[in-house]
Amino acid sequence: MIALSIVYLVPFVWLLSTSVKPDAQIFLFPPVWIPQPLHWKNYSDGLTAIPFARYLGNTLLICAFTVVGTVWSSSMVAYGLSRIPWRGREVLFYAIVGTMLLPPQVTMVPVFSIFKTLGWLDTYLPLTVPSFLGGAFNVFLLRQFFRGIPNELTEAARLDGASEWHNYRHIVLPLAKPALWTVGLFAFIGAWNDYLGPLIYLFDDRKYTLSLGLAMFRGQYSAAWGQMMAVSVVVTLPLIILFFFTQRTFVRGITMTGMKG
Amino acid sequence: MPRPRRRKMTRAEWQHLRNGLLFTLPGIIGLLGFTVYPVLASLYYSFCNYSVLKPPQWIGLGNYSVLMHDSQLGVALRNTAIFAAMSIPLGVATAFGLATLLNQRVRGMAFFRTIFYLPSVMPAVAGAVLWLWIFNPQYGLLNTALAAVGVAGPGWLSDPAWSKAALALMGTWGVGGWMVIFLAGLQDVPAELQEAAHLDGASHFASWRHVTLPFMSPHLLFATVMGIIGVSSFFTQVMVMTSGGPADSTLFFAQYLFQNAFQYFKMGYACALAWSLAVVLIFLTYLIFRGSARPVPYGGE
Repeated sequence: MIALSIVYLVPFVWLLSTSVKPDAQIFLFPPVWIPQPLHWKNYSDGLTAIPFARYLGNTLLICAFTVVGTVWSSSMVAYGLSRIPWRGREVLFYAIVGTMLLPPQVTMVPVFSIFKTLGWLDTYLPLTVPSFLGGAFNVFLLRQFFRGIPNELTEAARLDGASEWHNYRHIVLPLAKPALWTVGLFAFIGAWNDYLGPLIYLFDDRKYTLSLGLAMFRGQYSAAWGQMMAVSVVVTLPLIILFFFTQRTFVRGITMTGMKG
Repeated sequence: MPRPRRRKMTRAEWQHLRNGLLFTLPGIIGLLGFTVYPVLASLYYSFCNYSVLKPPQWIGLGNYSVLMHDSQLGVALRNTAIFAAMSIPLGVATAFGLATLLNQRVRGMAFFRTIFYLPSVMPAVAGAVLWLWIFNPQYGLLNTALAAVGVAGPGWLSDPAWSKAALALMGTWGVGGWMVIFLAGLQDVPAELQEAAHLDGASHFASWRHVTLPFMSPHLLFATVMGIIGVSSFFTQVMVMTSGGPADSTLFFAQYLFQNAFQYFKMGYACALAWSLAVVLIFLTYLIFRGSARPVPYGGE
């Protein structure tokens, strides 16, 4: 197992090692693992060759809206599907969950033409607004979680005249924090990593995201391995740090995904 | 039996209905606007000449008859099928192997789990760039390592014969998500059963084969079906690493559809492609579930 874990780690080491190598040492055989001296210039060169600070801002903006939208809308919908008894909610639930079976390619073209009609091309709206409309998977996950919260809690409040909004906001949401964290975390990562969405909807290269910017960098400087690795490190590092801080949320999220799937 | 008479809804029921609709409104809008309408529109466009710039123009089965004779589509389908046949078994087996290793209640399990999962955290584009460099025929990590043991490595991504294998190999590095799912499943396999098997003199392999594997088959099945869906939309890495080359050897279905829709603006044709894919996927899923109806015991819960 130790040998295997080394195999899994070596690409990261290779990434870091190349990111601090001057060109002369990149093309050496056998490779040098720890270059002397460390060539930090790859970072400054790579990060200024393409406006990465701007792309980081763009990406964070999209991520923020996506996380807020996802957590808000999927928890609302999940609440309506689990805590309020009304006619038709089962039908709606199955309809929403059924959309997960649909290959995304089927809806890709009409969705594009909707956004074109709305005049939203080359804006962040196509990348963020859909997250405010309750993604199937998150609704599914949160509904499962909400159903586990004892009914007496909301029933008692309801008899005392509390509104559904009050129950949602002050009883269910606080109890569902772990699940909400999971949903928010995965929304963040999804938005950070997304490539196809920005590729389709963003034309102006000042609006690009990190993923798109890195892909563009690869197209323009295809032999600048040191810089390319440096930029990759910068794009990856925030997620790795996030991962180390939220590992339990992560593992719980993935397990929930697979178990009840 | 008398039919229950439709009674009038009480005030509370009305309120619940209203509140239920209000709370689920975002989901209802999303469902109608981003699924129901697009699905119908996409079906309609698939019978049209449609470039987004001009309104769609009905051409009947035109797109579908082009599709039947599209040699480039043939190439993309063949590549996708070969890649699926390589990458899905390899990926599932790797994830299952790692999960089995981790399940041996050794010390530091969480630590090793983190390491094996770490690659899955890497953004797809960054991972693609890194592997591009690892696969570099002359100076890349892989061929350097092979040379150290006296093997002259192939050209990987620059060799049409190896490019798909290279992408499948890269995939084994990012199976952390499935590994975690399998691990959770393995931990649910009742230990009594395995102990009973051992007491009855079963070998390690026999108890793995007859106890563990049957219990895990729902997970494996699920992973396979999701793997097929994943391969049919495998896109980002291809775009960044090979753009479909060399010699179209990594031109997969998702990229071909993307090209038609957003590079050639043959949106109607792209919709026909998407619908054909949907039909094939549904059929495959059905076959897999039917073919494996036997060894999926949902016991123990």
